[in-house]
Amino acid sequence: MSELPFWIDVLAAVLVVVGVVFALVGSIGLAKLSDFLKRLHGPTKASTLGVGCVLIASMLYFAGTGRPALHELLISLFVFLTAPVSAHLLVKAAMRLDPRLRPPDPPAVTDVTSREPKRDAAR
Amino acid sequence: MNWLAAVLPWAIGGLALAMLLATWRLLRGPTLPDRILALDTLYVNSMALLILVGLRFDTELYFEAALVIAMLGFVGTVALSKYLLRGDIVE
Repeated sequence: MSELPFWIDVLAAVLVVVGVVFALVGSIGLAKLSDFLKRLHGPTKASTLGVGCVLIASMLYFAGTGRPALHELLISLFVFLTAPVSAHLLVKAAMRLDPRLRPPDPPAVTDVTSREPKRDAAR
Repeated sequence: MNWLAAVLPWAIGGLALAMLLATWRLLRGPTLPDRILALDTLYVNSMALLILVGLRFDTELYFEAALVIAMLGFVGTVALSKYLLRGDIVE
């Protein structure tokens, strides 16, 4: 590890620390929040960002030691594509198991026909 | 002074703590989607942990393992959610 340039070393260390802090915050949110929909917020955003930071740090390190690789870009692209899909499916499954989680309908727009009485007549 | 080498053991410890919290939610979780979400978090964190271990031991061998964990974890999450959603996985 000694041949690494100084700025790549510092930048990779900062990215690793930021990524691990994000992953830790996501897991603390998963463990401590009170509702399933609240708990879903932590891991699906923070942990994905944390993994992204760690992957960028890994890319910097292997590019700095003269072995540039694109594996990390593949992994981060895959994670960023699949995290919203799995979160969406989890919310759908939770709403099917407990219909009270479903948000209330938006307020109905009343008297559409009376505000614009001539729309139907003009057709 | 080597900043990355100084930071890596603490980062690996923090990720292990995050995985412990996800495991706690996995074992405790009151509903089934909680447990699936905890598994999802667990595999994402284990992927980051594998990449950090690859940095620590200065090898590229762990990327393939992280990629396999990413793909199989996503497939597992989708299959479990689909099973809860429809009562069937392949319709």
